[in-house]
Amino acid sequence: MLKFIKHHLDTIGGVDIYPVIAFVLFFTFFLFMLWYVLTADKRHIHHLEELPFEEDDKPYLIHPEHRTT
Amino acid sequence: MMERFHYDNKIVNAFLMATIVFGIVGMLVGLTVAFQLVLPSWNIHEWLSFGRLRPLHTNAVIFAFVGNGIFAGVYYSLQRLLKTRMFSDMLSWLHFWGWQLIILSAAITLPLGITTSKEYAELEWPIDIAITLVWVVFGINMIGTILKRRERHLYVAIWFYIATWVTVAMLHIVNSFEMPVSLWKSYSWYAGVQDALVQWWYGHNAVAFFLTTPYLGLMYYFLPKAANRPVYSYKLSIIHFWALIFIYIWAGPHHLLYSSLPDWAQSLGTVFSIMLIAPSWGGMLNGLLTLRGAWDRVREDPILKFMVVAVTAYGMSTLEGPLLSTKFFNSLSHFTDWTIAHVHVGGLGWNGFLTFGMIYWLVPRLFGTKLYSKSLANAHFWIGTLGMVFYAVPLYFAGFTQSLMWKQFTPDGYLVYKNFLDTVLQIKYAYWLRGLGGTLYLAGAIMMVYNVWRTVASGKLIANEEAEAMPLVKVETEPEVGYWHRWIERRPVQMLVLSFVLVAIGGVIEMVPTFLVKSNIPTIASVKPYTPLELQGRDIYISEGCYTCHSQMIRPFRSETERYGEYSKAGEFVYDHPFQWGSKRTGPDLHRVGGKYPDSWHFYHMMDPTSMSAGSLMPAYPHMYENTIDTASTAAKIEAMQKLGVPYPEGYAAQANTDLRAQAAAIVESLKKDGIEASAEKDIIALIAYLQRLGTDIKKQDAAPAVAVK
Repeated sequence: MLKFIKHHLDTIGGVDIYPVIAFVLFFTFFLFMLWYVLTADKRHIHHLEELPFEEDDKPYLIHPEHRTT
Repeated sequence: MMERFHYDNKIVNAFLMATIVFGIVGMLVGLTVAFQLVLPSWNIHEWLSFGRLRPLHTNAVIFAFVGNGIFAGVYYSLQRLLKTRMFSDMLSWLHFWGWQLIILSAAITLPLGITTSKEYAELEWPIDIAITLVWVVFGINMIGTILKRRERHLYVAIWFYIATWVTVAMLHIVNSFEMPVSLWKSYSWYAGVQDALVQWWYGHNAVAFFLTTPYLGLMYYFLPKAANRPVYSYKLSIIHFWALIFIYIWAGPHHLLYSSLPDWAQSLGTVFSIMLIAPSWGGMLNGLLTLRGAWDRVREDPILKFMVVAVTAYGMSTLEGPLLSTKFFNSLSHFTDWTIAHVHVGGLGWNGFLTFGMIYWLVPRLFGTKLYSKSLANAHFWIGTLGMVFYAVPLYFAGFTQSLMWKQFTPDGYLVYKNFLDTVLQIKYAYWLRGLGGTLYLAGAIMMVYNVWRTVASGKLIANEEAEAMPLVKVETEPEVGYWHRWIERRPVQMLVLSFVLVAIGGVIEMVPTFLVKSNIPTIASVKPYTPLELQGRDIYISEGCYTCHSQMIRPFRSETERYGEYSKAGEFVYDHPFQWGSKRTGPDLHRVGGKYPDSWHFYHMMDPTSMSAGSLMPAYPHMYENTIDTASTAAKIEAMQKLGVPYPEGYAAQANTDLRAQAAAIVESLKKDGIEASAEKDIIALIAYLQRLGTDIKKQDAAPAVAVK
């Protein structure tokens, strides 16, 4: 049973590619996220950031830059 | 049509009160161990000695104090952010009582010496299973609540909760693989380097995903609530979340720099630790900048004060952490009190103060009243802050001082402080001051207890708080193309899976190569399994928590090889289930202690450490001279080790006790030569056998090298 955890991939070749794969994955993911965040819809973000507050609290909470009405 | 429903405040209150009670208990135990370091006479009983209470302290503050704090905050904020009651009251209470029962079992087993010796994962296998079950209950309750929500989008705090749940589940299960010997004894599935790697992957991420991510979730909810304004930048919080959970999982190996861990893994840990500064500080700035334009209120509101210092402490420890992960700082800080200071800035500052802020904010709301005394809360804030300063600053100095003393050479190339004890006595003053700091911090917490008690007495628990919200409509127009993140914000299960994939990738890549490539751990032919007596002695070493003060890892520095001997090799630990490298040297390293002193030295030393080294702060272990070696367990232990791959000959379990008695008799004989009459059946004999074996295998190789390699 132990060999199941310890040695069953002993023969794997080129494990050093693992970190490279990981970095590429991370970096790609990060770029996508950054792109989303930079292009995200302001009204949507505004809705999200006010989720912790009840309807009645909202008037004096609104960001100055969001005060459109 | 608005739907009417009730928020469950009773469960929030239960977790909150448990937080307060266990906070006081955990700090009290912490204070006790702090004073035991300067007053060895405080080790009054085997159940209450430093080595057993120190794990109790860490477990109590992490899992009982912070754990209950997480649950209180999550159960409060989750219901409100999702506009629904918790999924199931039954599961909520199962979760609550299950968790308290686990804490109770920890409070009983740890002082009894029932421990796996893996830091922050000391609880034995039956409790590990219970933790898994309770964690699953929590998960079902949380996901169930998310699924029946009335708000379509998940606020960022909830992402942190989800990531916490899934990652802690993974860490706990992977690190807790163990081979049971009996109901209350098991051996780690992994050995040596692998065990160390898994343990610190766990240990590091316990800090990340138990002490950090859930509290960041709480910060993103309670800080805006307390400041009455939305978070500074929601966009930043999105980046904070994904970057943090992705990077954190990789950084574990920075706990093992200069150890026998393969070099590439150490470097990986360092690189990712440095990268961590970015998301951590993004989060800290996001928290602090939420208060822009509201700093005048910080001056008056103790809740905001607590939160500001908490977030600042988070920033300080997340800058210090990556610094300590670089090899330069690590070579100075590791094994010293610097680490203790570092974790307490995080523990007392970030976790403690955010919890206090949350408690002061929640209690009046749960009880429909006002806080009994704002000035008392202000006093708590100041005395707590002062306590932290008195705690951390002396320990930083202690860390620098001791580390530099360890490394100081005379012009002729000899160690200036050859006697380890000299470097300990030099920093004794810092231990006293730290005790003072802890006392102040605890005093503040007791003031809070009084304040909370009076507040509770002046109100009445609003067990079910009325609320109303629109039900969630099934159909929604698809958002414009490009907003893929919106997609995930509305899909909690997919969010959970994606979070899991991210953390699992990090974990797998960090560990797979060490597990799978044999060449990563060069085997040493002369390293042999422990004899039955040594194995029993090792279990006594584990049970007494010797690893809390003694390392078994000599780093490849001249200052260490001069002091302790040949540096530690990965191949020397292949039969160490579990590993005993330790993380702090309150006493000297023990990896090469075998053969350094005669048996009689250890015999006297364990009975009264000051008899062998005057001024020693080590506890005495008189019970080892009364308790009898548990020979009934020998066969089962050998068999368990065989199942783990330790090459004892087939059928060895049956004759193990014969060998054990023969070796014990030899030690008794050697003691007799030094004029000591001892019984071969006592624990001390087994412990001496283990200590004398430590680090000696490699010397046998030196003595008889080159048996013609084919």
